[in-house]
Amino acid sequence: MSKLTDLNLAQARDGLVSKAFSAAELTQSHIERVEASDALNAYVLKTPEKAMDMAKASDEKISNGTAGPLEGLPIGVKDLFCTKGVRTTASSKILGEFIPPYESTVTQNLWNDGAVLLGKLNNDEFAMGSSNETSCFGPVNNPYQGANGENLVPGGSSGGSSAAVAARLGVAATATDTGGSIRQPAAFTGTVGLKPTYGRCSRWGVVAFASSLDQAGPITQTVRDAAIMLGSMASFDKRDSTSVERDVPNYEAALTGNIKGLRVGIPKEYRVDTMPAEIEALWQQGIDWLKDAGAEIVDVSLPHTKYALPAYYIIAPAEASSNLARYDGVRYGARQTGVDIDDMYSNTRAAGFGDEVKRRIMVGTYALSAGYYDAYYIKALQVRRLIAEDFDRAYEKCDVLLTPTTPSAAFAVGKQVEDPLEMYLNDVFTVTVNLAGLPGLSVPAGLDANGLPLGLQLIGKAFGEEELLRVGEVLETAAGFTTRPKQWWSA
Amino acid sequence: MLARIGLDEAEVPALAKELNTIIGFVEQLSEVDTEGVKPFTSPVENKMRWREDVVADGGYAEHVLANAPDKDDEYFAVPKVVE
Repeated sequence: MSKLTDLNLAQARDGLVSKAFSAAELTQSHIERVEASDALNAYVLKTPEKAMDMAKASDEKISNGTAGPLEGLPIGVKDLFCTKGVRTTASSKILGEFIPPYESTVTQNLWNDGAVLLGKLNNDEFAMGSSNETSCFGPVNNPYQGANGENLVPGGSSGGSSAAVAARLGVAATATDTGGSIRQPAAFTGTVGLKPTYGRCSRWGVVAFASSLDQAGPITQTVRDAAIMLGSMASFDKRDSTSVERDVPNYEAALTGNIKGLRVGIPKEYRVDTMPAEIEALWQQGIDWLKDAGAEIVDVSLPHTKYALPAYYIIAPAEASSNLARYDGVRYGARQTGVDIDDMYSNTRAAGFGDEVKRRIMVGTYALSAGYYDAYYIKALQVRRLIAEDFDRAYEKCDVLLTPTTPSAAFAVGKQVEDPLEMYLNDVFTVTVNLAGLPGLSVPAGLDANGLPLGLQLIGKAFGEEELLRVGEVLETAAGFTTRPKQWWSA
Repeated sequence: MLARIGLDEAEVPALAKELNTIIGFVEQLSEVDTEGVKPFTSPVENKMRWREDVVADGGYAEHVLANAPDKDDEYFAVPKVVE
């Protein structure tokens, strides 16, 4: 038998059900692999004892016939999800040693279904970044290295989650996506990333970045695994006022492999001048794969695409500046002293926030300030509606859209840190989806000339996750992506 | 000032340059004709849900205060605000 850590989520689940191995054995092998992964810096907190306790409880449930859908499956959790009694930092110094007295709805759903917590995963500070380099715990290294052995970023903000899944440090991971933070890191690491429709997964207990854009979802090895994870993560939650009251379908059952007659839209505005030829070629390859599977290819137009990033970089910082006002050193986190309370606030925030977070708070407060509110914030919200209406019109002619996930493969650690704008351009193909509140799925589809993974993105209709996953699985099968990173980080 | 983030004088020039670059980038929105377009505030057009006006949660001050940097009995403690 191959190593237990080689199994994907569905295989591990099936092995537990058939009693080929126990949850304790499965968890123990993942714990050992996580222990040997420090060179990746994917985990910011390991919880091996808790994991073994949960795994043993799972074994009892399996033996007495009360196992849940994820019973005994060890996963990593992005450090943006509050976990009761387990330190949660959003990878920011300002949260200090914050220990939540409550559990996020999404993680509670996972534990209710039997999943096992291996630990908390690194991310860009408050999920603000596209390379996992703004974390107070330092960058995560991509399990894939460059041609000369240089360390590459795993994408961001869910870089710990993508690196962990690519390196098999857990059968799956939770992540969040505000402008591309699930799909872009998935593309950079040869993994599957699913951002569900806004309102599908509860935001309760997830550290807020930009509340009208944030959405939780899974990073997994396969599309099937993403379907299984979403089935447990999704729920209606009355504690989140934007949670949508809607049944959670059986996503795995939607994977029929049949997409005959499905109309796949190709948005011409995504054909940007700076796109490398190999991404252009991969996109064409994806079109051909879906056509061969019986889909109909339709050209569509999303005319306001070029304004998505500028609108996002007003809306997201504006919401962030409001959300992050709570970090004032009064109720939790690392307080700095001051001569009076205003001085205490300023010192606490100066010491606790990193540079990118400070930049975004300042842009946000500027965009929301009295003289500029209409010119920036309201204008951006109007453009956001035009972007959402572009999708409505496109979906009159097609069922899903196919695009590249990112404009490049993973880049070297340190390469883009100096230029915030260049970093923002990573999200050019993903950010429109958040603005419109739609579901998006990144599927590993090929390699660039240096052997680095590239992803293709499918965009669905609101609450069209079943169709999205169905097409995703067809794309995955056609691409046959089986590459694994060389294990340079441990013996 | 609105952001309440303390800054050293030495940090100001570099930060001003970065912020100007970002503001310059978002300026391109002014090209878009948005006359009469209703601002889009959320992808979910839920009406706020009502619930019974009863206590639904609470009564555990020790949990609420567990992460406080400074506390006094059942209160968060801060530097003196009123002279």
